Amino acid sequence: MQIEINNIFFESAIVFYLIASITGVVVLLKGKKAVSRLIIGLALAGFILHTAYIAVRYIEEGHFPASNLHDASSLFTWCIVVLFFVIEYRYKLGLLGSFIMPIVSVFMLSSSMLPIKINPSLDPMLNSYWFSIHTILAFLGDAAFAMAFGIGIMYLIQEKYVKSKHLSGLFQRLPSLQTLDEINYRLITLGFPLLTLAIITGVIWAKTVWGKSLQGDPKELWSFATWLIYALVLHLRLTVGWRGRKAAILSIIGFLIVIFTFFGVNLIFKGFHAFS
Amino acid sequence: MNILVIGLNHKTADIEVREKVAFDGPKLGEAAEIFKNSLEVKENVILSTCNRVEIYAVVRDIASGAGHIKKILSDYHQVPLDFIDKSLYVYSGRKALNHIFRVASSLDSMIVGEPQILGQLKDAFDFALQKKSSGVLLNKLMKKAISVAKRIRTETKIAENAVSISFAAVELAKKIFEDLSTKTFFLIGAGEMAELAARHLINNGVKDVFVANRTYERSVELAREFNGKVVEFDNFVQELIDADIVICSTGAPHYILVKEQMHKIMKQRKNSPMFIIDISVPRNIDPEINDIDNIYLYDIDDMDGVVEINIQERSKEAEKAERIIDAEVDTFLKWHTSLSAVPTIVSLRDKAEAIRKEELGITLRKLNGLKEEEIRAIEALTNSIVHKLIHFPTSALKSEAEDKDIMVDIVRRLFDLDISGGSESGNRRESETDEKES
Repeated sequence: MQIEINNIFFESAIVFYLIASITGVVVLLKGKKAVSRLIIGLALAGFILHTAYIAVRYIEEGHFPASNLHDASSLFTWCIVVLFFVIEYRYKLGLLGSFIMPIVSVFMLSSSMLPIKINPSLDPMLNSYWFSIHTILAFLGDAAFAMAFGIGIMYLIQEKYVKSKHLSGLFQRLPSLQTLDEINYRLITLGFPLLTLAIITGVIWAKTVWGKSLQGDPKELWSFATWLIYALVLHLRLTVGWRGRKAAILSIIGFLIVIFTFFGVNLIFKGFHAFS
Repeated sequence: MNILVIGLNHKTADIEVREKVAFDGPKLGEAAEIFKNSLEVKENVILSTCNRVEIYAVVRDIASGAGHIKKILSDYHQVPLDFIDKSLYVYSGRKALNHIFRVASSLDSMIVGEPQILGQLKDAFDFALQKKSSGVLLNKLMKKAISVAKRIRTETKIAENAVSISFAAVELAKKIFEDLSTKTFFLIGAGEMAELAARHLINNGVKDVFVANRTYERSVELAREFNGKVVEFDNFVQELIDADIVICSTGAPHYILVKEQMHKIMKQRKNSPMFIIDISVPRNIDPEINDIDNIYLYDIDDMDGVVEINIQERSKEAEKAERIIDAEVDTFLKWHTSLSAVPTIVSLRDKAEAIRKEELGITLRKLNGLKEEEIRAIEALTNSIVHKLIHFPTSALKSEAEDKDIMVDIVRRLFDLDISGGSESGNRRESETDEKES
């Protein structure tokens, strides 16, 4: 009974996110300011339901609800929505929802298609509080990269308008290049230390569970690749000034690797991170 | 006599074509002289700006006059006529008036409502007056155009949010930089449009201002005005490292900044974005520089795109302005047709006849009891006096003299003939307001 109610939370959260995305796309095509408020409202409704769902899952499972790919992507999406609100509140970009909510919807839909069943064999190691710290850090970091991805796309679109001198369409409604570049940079400087800490806590956690810090698990390797990419993004920016378009492209590539690390690795390789 | 407009503008010709036919510096005087000396062209005013080159002329015959002016254009600039012909527009009669009024009121400008064009038109007119290349018709027309432009500026909101290139430059800068208060602005060269844009940017709060000009004194002058620093013109490239927004407007006939130099500069400023506006015609900055990452180079044609944004907002006001222009064209045409001899002769005769009849009536009423014959004799006397008196002006008007327009105008004024009298007093008012403003 409880599970059914909770599924209603989850499914209605998806519905709200989807409506928000569709509204977002419509706003992109022919938008008005009042409508971007509507997107935030819809996202907020979805978010509340989503939060309720995660809370119930926590109680149900008895540990941090991130032990299978369904829960993990749901929690990851939740982190993206949190950051979306933070950035929207801080910068009031207006169109951000049109770029972020579709990503949110896609992740939620993939989450809904993944098996909801909890793998009991993982139980002992999941009781460690390192687990919750590790996952929340990793997900917040990845969420920052997801936002950087959305902002990067916005940058590339706006850059194309300014460079090609066709100042029509979205040009007026998109934020300035500098604002977008700055937010992109801040998100990466937020995501990078979070990812670093996630890797460190992961290592500590592994040590407390197995007594060994590295397992050679593909997810570990790909996370390290992600870390390297973003380290490179920051390095190039600070030394040779790879900002603007190049930074935006790198943050898009970086996030594609994040997605691969998140889903792809689980589907292709087998390892203990591949929860199912 | 026919009023003719021949020209090209930002809509019909690319900057490559416009730079070739521009009359800058001493060329303007030379061209005015050439037109003045040609038999076809009786009066001329030349308007040459970054966005348009137009010849306003009074010609005897529209077709041959137009052909002649085109030939002078292509000969003088040494460009084949084929090259410019497709860009040239030719208007006569009502259309010509309409065009001139639209240009003066900035309805035909790249940025509709921008105020500079009126100043440029005034300059062109002053120059023509000074060179004595304009005459009765164009003088009247130019004065009218200026007063129409002023009327439109006060009666419509067309100029309210348009401050030409400068307005567009600031809007665009804000889309690149967001916050201008941390940015450095660099003005290379001078010129009315560049200075206006500079002033606008500075009013929007840029942090630092650099000024470089070939004439050092001019740099000092501008730097003082903008509260900025003078940069030696020969060193300006090196100073670009600190510049975020650059406006370039020098009279150089070639590029003063090429891609290779900018590559180096960008490396030194760690790819910090740069917004460069090149409003010089011919262009002073290699357009390929726009290909470099984080540089946004706009030439004067590109600013066209920025304008589109405002078109909708202003189209309503523009409609209002067009209606004013239509009415003013009517007024002017009325005056212009009155200049042809026949109606003037008719009204002169009518007036004389009216005076004769009136005076005759008064006299006959006083001299009661005259015989029929006597009355007839008096009538014949007055008739022949009046006819003999107006014989000379009418035959002069009927002749095909060179200065017939002037004559018609003078006759209408001397004898205070209806239409011309009214518009003349209106004209005087206009020139008074002119003086007040300048």
